[in-house]
Amino acid sequence: MQTEKIYTDLFVQNRQMVDDGSCQVLNSQRQQALEALEQYGLPVHQEEYLHTDVSQWFQPDWGLNIQRHKIQADSVRIQHGTLPEGVVVETLEKASAQNPALVEKYYNRLADMKRPGIAAINAMFCQDGVFIYVPKNTVVEQPVQLVSLLQSPVSMMVNRRILVVLEQGASLSLVMTDHSGAQNPMLATQVTEVFVGAGATLRLYEMEETGVQNLRAAETFVLQQADSNVQMGCFTLTNGKTRNSTFVTLAEPGANLQLDGAVVTDRNQHVDNFTSVDHKAGNCTSSELYKYVLDDESTGNFYGKVLVRPDSQHTASAQTNRNICVSKKARMWTQPQLEIYADDVKCSHGATVGQLDEQALFYMRQRGIPYVEARMLLMQAFLNEVTDRVQVELLRERLHLLVEKRLRGELNQCQNCGACK
Amino acid sequence: MLTIENLHANVGDKEILRGINLQVNPGEVHAIMGPNGSGKSTMSNVLVGHPGYTVTEGKVTFLGRDLLSLPAENRSHMGMFLSFQYPVEIPGVSMTNFMRTAINEKRKFLGQEPLSPSDFLKMVKAKRDLVKLDAKFMNRAVNEGFSGGEKKRNEIFQMAMLEQKLSILDETDSGLDIDALRIVAEGVNKLKTPETSVIVITHYQRLLDYIKPDIVHVLYHGRIIKTAGPELALELEERGYDWLIKEYEDSEK
Ligand SMILES: Nc1ncnc2c1ncn2[C@@H]1O[C@H](COP(=O)(O)OP(=O)(O)OP(=O)(O)O)[C@@H](O)[C@H]1O
Ligand SMILES: [Mg+2]
Repeated sequence: MQTEKIYTDLFVQNRQMVDDGSCQVLNSQRQQALEALEQYGLPVHQEEYLHTDVSQWFQPDWGLNIQRHKIQADSVRIQHGTLPEGVVVETLEKASAQNPALVEKYYNRLADMKRPGIAAINAMFCQDGVFIYVPKNTVVEQPVQLVSLLQSPVSMMVNRRILVVLEQGASLSLVMTDHSGAQNPMLATQVTEVFVGAGATLRLYEMEETGVQNLRAAETFVLQQADSNVQMGCFTLTNGKTRNSTFVTLAEPGANLQLDGAVVTDRNQHVDNFTSVDHKAGNCTSSELYKYVLDDESTGNFYGKVLVRPDSQHTASAQTNRNICVSKKARMWTQPQLEIYADDVKCSHGATVGQLDEQALFYMRQRGIPYVEARMLLMQAFLNEVTDRVQVELLRERLHLLVEKRLRGELNQCQNCGACK
Repeated sequence: MLTIENLHANVGDKEILRGINLQVNPGEVHAIMGPNGSGKSTMSNVLVGHPGYTVTEGKVTFLGRDLLSLPAENRSHMGMFLSFQYPVEIPGVSMTNFMRTAINEKRKFLGQEPLSPSDFLKMVKAKRDLVKLDAKFMNRAVNEGFSGGEKKRNEIFQMAMLEQKLSILDETDSGLDIDALRIVAEGVNKLKTPETSVIVITHYQRLLDYIKPDIVHVLYHGRIIKTAGPELALELEERGYDWLIKEYEDSEK
């Protein structure tokens, strides 16, 4: 507990300052978070974290970054369009000033601090975040995009927090993009809590385009009520080291989940996607597709846990993880983990690690497509199976383009997105 | 057009081509026949630069250049085409995207501008008509879900699109029904000019009824053991290979 002590001490010493820069709802969870961190600690380098030593990321004392920028989120002055009545896109601080009961009802309820992870340290230190709320039967037509941009000449740790609540019958497409302009090491923890009410529909996409010095530890907790539909897609295009842990609970019958991911790595990047799907009720479906393309000396890990509880009859679950190592030194670990305690279920899983199809490569070269281009086409085709599933058209097209640029090695340059201007 | 001199090639340690000599002039149609496993596909693959084969001896000149020193893609750019005995499926890559990339890469090699989208579409339409390939195939992934015959038709469509100078057709007739055989063969004949040449690999006379060879070769055990006029194919159809093989083996003693 050496590493944890750095942060528990830091917290105890600076508690007042942390509280002062935050709000009551967030502050109310800090004591519990402190105790959880003391008891359960950061992830240990084994089992679920065997291939990603997240606790090591915290070993340099990152200190505290109190003088942070204010988050810009404002339901009234939202860019490019208007939101339907009652929809909230706000900072946690402002939202809890306006409607403390609402934020309090959901904040830090799903995040599981009682396990080695980053939920506790995040709740201990995070001072603000984003709150998105869609009232009953309200459909938000336009996708909402949340941009995280890390830029600082000083290395630091940031603790991001996102809370999304969809009431019964609500519908939302949320795109979260993670960027970094920093040339120096940065550590980002991110906890996202998502409540999806009965019959609600959520499309939640995350895209990471950070830098080689970026460390990202994200935990996403999703709770689905009856007949809700959730599609998630997580795309890691450029990064340093990334651990995304996703926990979905299908709490009531009729809930459907699609959980996808695509990863492109090279140099010595590392991406670890950990997914845990809990079929707590019967008649739910879950379908997972994760694909990795790894080059150079990069490494990847996929751990896919599916739990079907004894009473969760008529569960349908499919999990697929396919990976291509394009270089000899790239490495991929994959571990499907199915625990099925009900008997009337349809569950499948499959994982492969392979190379590009030599026959296809040669066929293309015979038709005049040079080796490098042929490889590119094959890798792109491989990943498109995942990006094609994205239901927000603009994002799907953007992803196609970004994946292509990424594979061509052109994504390290500025894309003129303007986010940092 | 093409000169092969004493070509030897291995797969691993196993020698498969054991000294092939062949001369193909512009405008000529050559047929290569021979029993299963004699090395016909191996020869084709070596000519188009398949990395799975090692040339151990010999020389190949194509349009005045040392062919064996060129990578597969450049051989294609220069005008060499192989209609594969077993065309490969490429999931996720659409025919249109594949074809556009192939054509524009060739144009780049030749120092030409990329084809405009409308010219490309016009060309696709014309060449599809030539082999009666339905438009729906253009949106599918390359060869994925194509029937055996459709794959072969698709090969000739690609040959037409790329306007190649020397085309090697490796058992293009296998898998084609009677009508398709005629359509594909007529397509090949229409593409034929006094400047282009064709090497037809086949087991059957019926394809040669349509695509009339000037010269017929028999490949056996990695060597060409007999070269004659079109009448040889008819004789083989009647008598099989045994008599030829016996003749060859006697002469080798
Ligand atoms: N990649 C390979 N690995 C191992 N053996 C091979 C390979 N390619 C060809 N061979 C062997 O080389 C020999 C010639 O094969 P090839 O395919 O060239 O024959 P072919 O004349 O085309 O036969 P067919 O008429 O059946 O198509 C065969 O014995 C075959 O098994
Ligand atoms: Mg053959």
